Amino acid sequence: MSQRVAIVGIAQTTFQSAKRAQNYAELVHEVVSELFTKTGATHDDVDNIVSASSDFWDGRTISNMAIQDVVGAYMKSESKVSSDGTLAVLYGMMRILSGQYKTTLVVAHSKGSEGTPNLIANAAFDPIYQRQLGIDGLSASALQARRYMEKYGVSEEEVALVSVKNLANARKNPYAQVAGEFTVDDVMQSGYLAEPIKKLEASPISDGACALLLAREDLVDRFTDKPVWLKGVGHCQDCYYLGDRDLAESEALAVAAQRAYAMAGIRDPGKEIDVAEVYDAFSYQELMWTEILGLCPRGEGVELIRSGVSTIDGTLPVNPSGGVLAAHAVIVAGLVRVAEAALQLRGEAGQHQISGVKTALAHGSFGYCGQMHCVWILSNEK
Amino acid sequence: MSEEVIIQHTALRIPYSWAAGAHATRFYREIAEHRRIMGTRCPRCGRVLVPARKSCSRCFQDTTEWVEVGPIGVVTSFTIVHYSEPQIQPMKPPFAIALIRLDGADTALLHLLGEVELSKIRTGMRVEPVFADEPKGHILDIRYFKPVSID
Repeated sequence: MSQRVAIVGIAQTTFQSAKRAQNYAELVHEVVSELFTKTGATHDDVDNIVSASSDFWDGRTISNMAIQDVVGAYMKSESKVSSDGTLAVLYGMMRILSGQYKTTLVVAHSKGSEGTPNLIANAAFDPIYQRQLGIDGLSASALQARRYMEKYGVSEEEVALVSVKNLANARKNPYAQVAGEFTVDDVMQSGYLAEPIKKLEASPISDGACALLLAREDLVDRFTDKPVWLKGVGHCQDCYYLGDRDLAESEALAVAAQRAYAMAGIRDPGKEIDVAEVYDAFSYQELMWTEILGLCPRGEGVELIRSGVSTIDGTLPVNPSGGVLAAHAVIVAGLVRVAEAALQLRGEAGQHQISGVKTALAHGSFGYCGQMHCVWILSNEK
Repeated sequence: MSEEVIIQHTALRIPYSWAAGAHATRFYREIAEHRRIMGTRCPRCGRVLVPARKSCSRCFQDTTEWVEVGPIGVVTSFTIVHYSEPQIQPMKPPFAIALIRLDGADTALLHLLGEVELSKIRTGMRVEPVFADEPKGHILDIRYFKPVSID
């Protein structure tokens, strides 16, 4: 990229099963206010806003209408992404690269507690051929989990290791909703939701919000002395119908990753990436995604954990924050992956800080079984 | 005054009338009138897409040929759903949702499994459709797929 864009500020709420003290506009107001406080940015410093939210999850048509007042959009341009927050970062970066804007506020919110998650998830399936079968995000993912496990010979006990690792990591993350010291047995005994997915292997649905401030290279110093540079990004879509794909594979993620790596000049992701935050909405997904991201050979995602490589004190920690398994505000969760990667690069991740992080990967996904993937490479070096 | 904020309980109830489109209309008519399941073939990649649709999900080509598939197929993945969501679920949990690749098809059909002991379901199992007595023009005109009886 000829012109560079950096993340110059990061704010997130704590994630909880129900944040009853605030309505969703108040959640957004909290993170935007915190972002301004942290960066010293004022209302006048923000040229435009890209928000991420969902009409169905918010329970109202044009969900972003209700947050204009609390993102400071009055007499400014604001545009909504009705998809994962990683995509809002992409749109935000593109707006700056267009030359029209110097800064962009990126903000995502969701309150899963206020709707009925399985009904909302079922409504994502088309009413012509699928919806009446009663499928939702969880049961769709269970089809993918089984297909992946059978194709690559991965056992339920092995998949459970992801939950053991990530929920233990989450104990060090004050923003997480679910955390704890669990054993493989605890995960195995936690009860089937949709076989082979068990309760401790399914992310909780959370309430929360997250915001980033993006700035053009020449303005970065005004807001921070620790910019996080957007070095590479790839975005790709797969077929809609689950039956059109081999659910054990994800060509869309492979393509998104290759685009991001090519842009960032990454040749050997397993060696060059210091920390990764990936979209583990379900435990098996961390294994699939890390394999397809090229962090290890196919079918060996579990070896990354067993060998200690992807544990919090390993050479390539994956989801040191606890990942999506620890907090899943729908739409927000991908933006949180970017936020957590940026915190690692700034040395501000607190108890789950990894030492010496120079290059970080953040991954978001949307649409069932990874229909869409967005991969970011971030760095604290220009 | 109480510290608790007010929680307002409401619901969105919005009726819709969906146009199924010409291809889904024929797909359901074939089930209703002939008890056969049809796919459409992409002229470029040659895949037979089931359920039938107007264009190929990969090639952006209009499908050109209708092909009868199955009705027997193979389970390529399945899950047994244990949680209850009565507003959307067509069966009482536990029940099985599966991807089924019908003979002659290149994609899998999402559907339900019935008349089967849940613990005995396996991928690779051969299944056949059980059609509804009174078809209504939707996916539950196939009630579910059941294991092929071994003669």
